Amino acid sequence: MSTIRGTGPGTADAPSPDDALHEAAALSDRDVPPPHGAPSDGPMLAADGTPLKKSLARALRLQKTRALMLIAPLLIFVLISFIVPIGQMLWRSVENDIVAQTLPHTVQELAGWDSAANELPPEPVFEAMYFDMFIAAEAKSHTKLGTRLNYEQTGMSSLFRQSGRKLDDLGKDYQKAFKAIDGDWSKGEAWFELMSGAADAPRAADVAAAQARNVATLIDTPIAARDGFAPSQEIADLLPLTARAYTAMAMFMQFEDGDDPAGEKPWETLYPALLRDLETADVSAYAGPRAGMLQTLAAARGDIEQISFTDAFAEIDEDWVVAEPWRTIQTHARNVTPGYFLNAVDMRLTPDGAAAQPEDKQILIRLFQRTLVMSLVIMGSCILLGYPIAYLLANLPMRTANILLILVLLPFWTSLLVRTSAWKVMLQQQGVINDTLVWLGLVADESRLVMINNQFGTIVAMTHILLPFMILPMYSVMQTIPPSYVRAAKSLGATNWTAFWRVYFPQSVPGIGAGSILVFILAIGYYITPEIVGGTKGVFISNRIAYHISSSLNWGLAAALGTILLAVVLLLYWCYDKIVGIDNVKLG
Amino acid sequence: MESTLMKTKALMLTTAAALVAGPALAGSHMASEMTIVSWGGAYSKSQLNAYHNPYSEMTGTTIINDDSSAEAVAKLRAMNEAGNVTWDVVDVVAADAIRLCDEGLALEIDPDTQLAAAPDGTSAADDFGDLLVSDCFIPQIVYSTTFGYRTDMVGDTPPTSVCAVFDTDAYPGKRSLEKRPINNMEWALMCDGVAKENVYDVLETSEGQDRALAKLDTIKDDVIWWSAGADTPQLLADGEVVMGSTYNGRLFSVIEEQNQPVAMLWDAQVFDLDGWIIPTGLSPEREARALDYIMFATDTQRLADQAKYISYGPARMSSAPLVGMHAELGIDMAPHMPTDPNNAANTLLYNYEFWADYRDDIDAKFQAWLAQ
Repeated sequence: MSTIRGTGPGTADAPSPDDALHEAAALSDRDVPPPHGAPSDGPMLAADGTPLKKSLARALRLQKTRALMLIAPLLIFVLISFIVPIGQMLWRSVENDIVAQTLPHTVQELAGWDSAANELPPEPVFEAMYFDMFIAAEAKSHTKLGTRLNYEQTGMSSLFRQSGRKLDDLGKDYQKAFKAIDGDWSKGEAWFELMSGAADAPRAADVAAAQARNVATLIDTPIAARDGFAPSQEIADLLPLTARAYTAMAMFMQFEDGDDPAGEKPWETLYPALLRDLETADVSAYAGPRAGMLQTLAAARGDIEQISFTDAFAEIDEDWVVAEPWRTIQTHARNVTPGYFLNAVDMRLTPDGAAAQPEDKQILIRLFQRTLVMSLVIMGSCILLGYPIAYLLANLPMRTANILLILVLLPFWTSLLVRTSAWKVMLQQQGVINDTLVWLGLVADESRLVMINNQFGTIVAMTHILLPFMILPMYSVMQTIPPSYVRAAKSLGATNWTAFWRVYFPQSVPGIGAGSILVFILAIGYYITPEIVGGTKGVFISNRIAYHISSSLNWGLAAALGTILLAVVLLLYWCYDKIVGIDNVKLG
Repeated sequence: MESTLMKTKALMLTTAAALVAGPALAGSHMASEMTIVSWGGAYSKSQLNAYHNPYSEMTGTTIINDDSSAEAVAKLRAMNEAGNVTWDVVDVVAADAIRLCDEGLALEIDPDTQLAAAPDGTSAADDFGDLLVSDCFIPQIVYSTTFGYRTDMVGDTPPTSVCAVFDTDAYPGKRSLEKRPINNMEWALMCDGVAKENVYDVLETSEGQDRALAKLDTIKDDVIWWSAGADTPQLLADGEVVMGSTYNGRLFSVIEEQNQPVAMLWDAQVFDLDGWIIPTGLSPEREARALDYIMFATDTQRLADQAKYISYGPARMSSAPLVGMHAELGIDMAPHMPTDPNNAANTLLYNYEFWADYRDDIDAKFQAWLAQ
């Protein structure tokens, strides 16, 4: 033990490597004469001449690294299998980039639309939607978005699914009209020549880069823009919409299908795009490849029906020409959303901010409350049932105690599902308990007790299942309480009750605390038992989480519910620490 | 920043998938192995006898069974996000197939080139007809959700209409219904006087949903809600309920195999489909083998063979005449098929489109109503 113990910071009862460091620090601070021959005004030096503080720090660092290496496998395991998934769950509860990734241009156009004005979005929004949706449908990600938006507005799922199918029709009509003017308009090669421009023409790198980004997120593969198609700068300036649509198509073909766009049938989107461009573009001065074909088309443009994307969408589905779906898209376009958390507390995100869910859909808050209350009840009944058993175990001779302990542990070794199903057999109306009661004449045959598929059933089954988690910590704490204390109390004149309540019980409280935390935290996340015996009024929030994970696939909401549950547990743990003190908890 | 984020995300997803798909990962994919996912129990056994064994004999492929169909959608999504799909062919109900197709998790199938034609040359598309409810889905069986009742608990007038479920005066006792809105809402409306063809128009509206729930409210105290298909057969066998809904194949085994005093009430049975999907993201050779298996397992004879082992109707029209005797009981299977004309006098077809849209919305209301 150190000679200057008590002067440095952090001196504990036992010597530790840190003590030495603190001593060194204390020594250098306090200007104590060094023990061996170094000059008294300089820092204390080790045998090899380096300052003692430094050399100690190095030795300690080495030790710490070695310790860290020893626990590294466990640390990495915990990190990968526990911390990371929890982090992922937290992130999922707010992540919402699917809308902006699937409909990038639409989201941009919609940003300027005033959803409160009760009008349809302007034509450019419909135009952007057509091109976004077309490529999304090619990548088969429009239905995914439909599923996502259906969580917010019922009917979006089929709206997106059906629209994706009908979207081709619009372009087909124009394709025919173009073909009638010049047969080359339906050939991939002609389009490729037109869009590429002359071989040495400058490329529109910004268009290529923007489309590479969009296509890459849609097909979920990274794309380097320089490897893909880029239109000539002249064409990109002259026909911006067409250049955009063509570049997207070309990149999709190149990177998703591995095809050469020049050899493939062009997409139907190109025709409406070119028609829209020709409304403003003056192509008479253009001299690049296929200029003649383009100019003939521009001249014959009057024969082709004017294009209106709004009307086209109205034809695809009437639901597009009401404001509601657009409002939903606009509201949920942000990349990070509070929407799932609002849903988790029976609210929802509207264009005007957060609002309460309709009353007949409010269920989650109630389930949270029920989960907490019932977990407390289960914890309470575990304490009441477990304490006498633990007391008995701790105070019986070893031999008998061991046999009893096996009886406590036996159900622990049985499958959870078996134990829960056994309660079903016991508690149901034609079950063992009811049969016995009827046989004894305590209950009439036609008024058998309802003991399952309700809260009672859940409490009984879960108390039974969680009881060992209460008994074991209590037992191990009670074993350490010396019987002489109670004897001393009695010899001083205490009654049995006083001796127990004033002397024994306070010493067993840490066991109750440990058991309570264990049981409560386990109970709050229970899923399978409430599902089987809980009926409708005995189910927990976890059952809802399971529904959203495996049935509705609303993982964002499930993650938000899980995050709230985690936060509640941590909060309760913190409260417990403040009130009881976590140091008072003993597991053995 | 973005790329770090993406890397972290990929790592997270791998972890999640590894946890979700842990058991499946253990079986590595050798050249002649394929993992087929199904529901387990008697149903998997019927597939083993009708499809797997003959296919293994023919090709030498080892088939590994995984009974994970109940969580197939969630697991496939996790596997896909992690980029490691370990399943080759998955058996799912049609509603799940539509979800998987919507999410891009199931392969689109061209029935004319990738499925076998009927023996008389009818193309697969015509042979399956309307049952091809999704581009990714190859139907296998038609099953129905219908009611069974205890013959010894209904007195002298056994029920003939589904509305007996709502008539607690004539048929006192508990009933078991599935703990979800699908089917129950339709039955409630039909017994509340809505014509069958208008059910979904009514159910689309908030008032219609309230109306259905109000009808269900009249028997709420008499209902035991089930979530596993085996619950109702057990409750019927125990005499816990006087009648209950479940899948017709489960009732068949209660009646014919276990000889319980239970009878079928085929009225207003709801047809649903079960079939195969092939996950996306398989390597080309695994995909080719999965397609080869599907081609074999969904041909006319194979579908008819399955009906020897379980009382579900084959999805191909051309299979119906080939349905014969039960392999073990030796009874004629045709009268036990949900599609038999005597049983199919009044039927509903599961409305996939409607429930894909309204499921979450109505489910929230239904659960809130249940919790009250």
